[in-house]
Amino acid sequence: MLDLRQYTCLGAALRDALDRFSSEVCLIEAERDREKVRLTYSDFKEIALPLARALEDADYDAGDRAAIIMTNQSKWLISAYAIFYCGGVLVPLDYKLTAAEHLQLLAHSKAKVLIVEYHLWRAIMESPDFQKIATKIVLVTEAPLGVELAGAFRWEDFKRKGAPDFVMRQKDDVACIVYSSGTGGRPKGCVLTHENYLEQCRALTAWYPFWPGVRYLSILPTNHAIDFMVGFIGPFVCGACVVHLRTLRPEFVRDAFVRYRITYVSLVPMIVKNLERGLRAKFDELPSWKRGFLNAMIGTNRLLTRRRPNVKLSRMLLPNIHRGFGGEVLALIAGGAFMEPSTMQFFYDLGIPVVNGYGLTEAGTALTLNDLKPFRADTVGKPLPGVELRILNPDADGVGEVAVRSKTVMSHYLDDPELTLETIVDGWLLTGDLGRFESGGHLQLFGRKKNMIVTEGGKNIYPEDIETVFDGLPVKEYTVFAANYVWPKKELGRESLVLVLRLEQNQKFDSKLLDDISARNRRLHDFKRVSGYLIWEKDFPRTASMKIKRQVLAEEIGKSISRDAVVEL
Amino acid sequence: MQTADQTLDEILTLAAAHFKVPREKLSPDADFFKALGIDSLQTLDLLTRLENHFHVELPDYELQGVTDFRTLAGKIQARL
Repeated sequence: MLDLRQYTCLGAALRDALDRFSSEVCLIEAERDREKVRLTYSDFKEIALPLARALEDADYDAGDRAAIIMTNQSKWLISAYAIFYCGGVLVPLDYKLTAAEHLQLLAHSKAKVLIVEYHLWRAIMESPDFQKIATKIVLVTEAPLGVELAGAFRWEDFKRKGAPDFVMRQKDDVACIVYSSGTGGRPKGCVLTHENYLEQCRALTAWYPFWPGVRYLSILPTNHAIDFMVGFIGPFVCGACVVHLRTLRPEFVRDAFVRYRITYVSLVPMIVKNLERGLRAKFDELPSWKRGFLNAMIGTNRLLTRRRPNVKLSRMLLPNIHRGFGGEVLALIAGGAFMEPSTMQFFYDLGIPVVNGYGLTEAGTALTLNDLKPFRADTVGKPLPGVELRILNPDADGVGEVAVRSKTVMSHYLDDPELTLETIVDGWLLTGDLGRFESGGHLQLFGRKKNMIVTEGGKNIYPEDIETVFDGLPVKEYTVFAANYVWPKKELGRESLVLVLRLEQNQKFDSKLLDDISARNRRLHDFKRVSGYLIWEKDFPRTASMKIKRQVLAEEIGKSISRDAVVEL
Repeated sequence: MQTADQTLDEILTLAAAHFKVPREKLSPDADFFKALGIDSLQTLDLLTRLENHFHVELPDYELQGVTDFRTLAGKIQARL
């Protein structure tokens, strides 16, 4: 791999990678079981540079921001490289947000350029707020011929001849603005520097290196910190190959493992559990003698790999299972949310380690990772090289808020100095997560100090962001809480949101109100919905500026009402 | 060509059978995540089954934000 210590920016590292590994395949893109794109590093460069030149000719300058809203595909990475080549700042937005949310974040980030897939652009054009869009240049990928694009250019045609000028950036220049939340309320745009990414990449590849021949299956959205690092920067600076599958259908994901002999994949817990469910169902269908033999092999594998993984041995003991995963999988990388230990143990016993970790957008991709020496299902691993972690104000069990100091910690929140000051104190980033170190140096997590949830799909949901959907609800007042914030339970998983209602005097909770709440709730994405409600009999405590004192209210509710009182929606 | 109502009815019947839920418990405007007790990945499973039945191909993004059977039926009907 490239020696990243000699680089000051991602663009330069990627530029050298394209030359150094020119004949290696860097990207494969498949639509279901149909391969659509296969590019070498040299091909990638040939497509990216005319785009960079066209951006340059369109007055896209160093430091200008460019947003990408795309599903996982080759044009995402090609566009990102062109942006870095021009010295630009990348704003990767979550394609699963609504058009209104996209417009909101485009405005907040002041993106000069937007690169977007046609179906997402169509939704943005149809949004009532579309006229407010201030993005100057919009490039739309895969637009059918002849369709109205409202002044946008077709990505495929946006290219110019002639070599573009490479714009070098320094380590403390901004590389990306990544939104960790804030679509409904206060946008949290994490400003991450080139140094943040270069250090993160060095730390990750020190433990889990890539090399030419490695094939990484990119499933998590590339706007997500994990896939951006492990499905783009990491593999590219090592000459490895990224496989994009433009569907998440489980049968095609399974097929891709075999077809492309995948080495690594990052998955959120929901997908890992789905794989587990599928495998368990298959095991259950086996005749009893085969099932008994399989159990014996799994037991043997577990015993022989208890100190460290032994892939060759596991492949010999459990050949059919490994063939089902393509025969070359080294590990499944899990991230984005809490992973149940039983699921991780299930895969480890099959000889397919699930590498668990912990991180947050504000601090780059990962802070801790399981080094598999030995495998531990009950922790989120050890701090990566260069990452300092400490536990603030630990209780009698050693549990306190996790704070981090590292070169991977973001510079600040975009246009929010107040929030930055609250979050980064004396050089330490306060994560809001509760944890403790156990004797082996592994970090264990025990819940959150902050009012938010992380879904099994790896989405961070802040109650403030979804409250707007209940605007105008005919009650005196309402608010939304993460259930674990009101009723702390010192564990992760099964997180949910609760709507707290304060009714008007003499108001009855009737079916009309229930229907109204349910209808509003359904306007939210399924992963953002509140799971239940409760009626609170007192006025909400408020600050002088009439903001709800959420922490005070949560404590009052937690003390006087049981979690069981929440009525399911 | 079959009507939108027929498409909707077939979807409800197939979903009920696939996830072993009584057909009468599913209504056109029901939230299928809740009615079938499934997550978004299992929804993709259902979609594959529906594609095979109706001989259409729907990209994943078409399903984004769709949570009720009637809207889903509309998406499929548009491609029949």
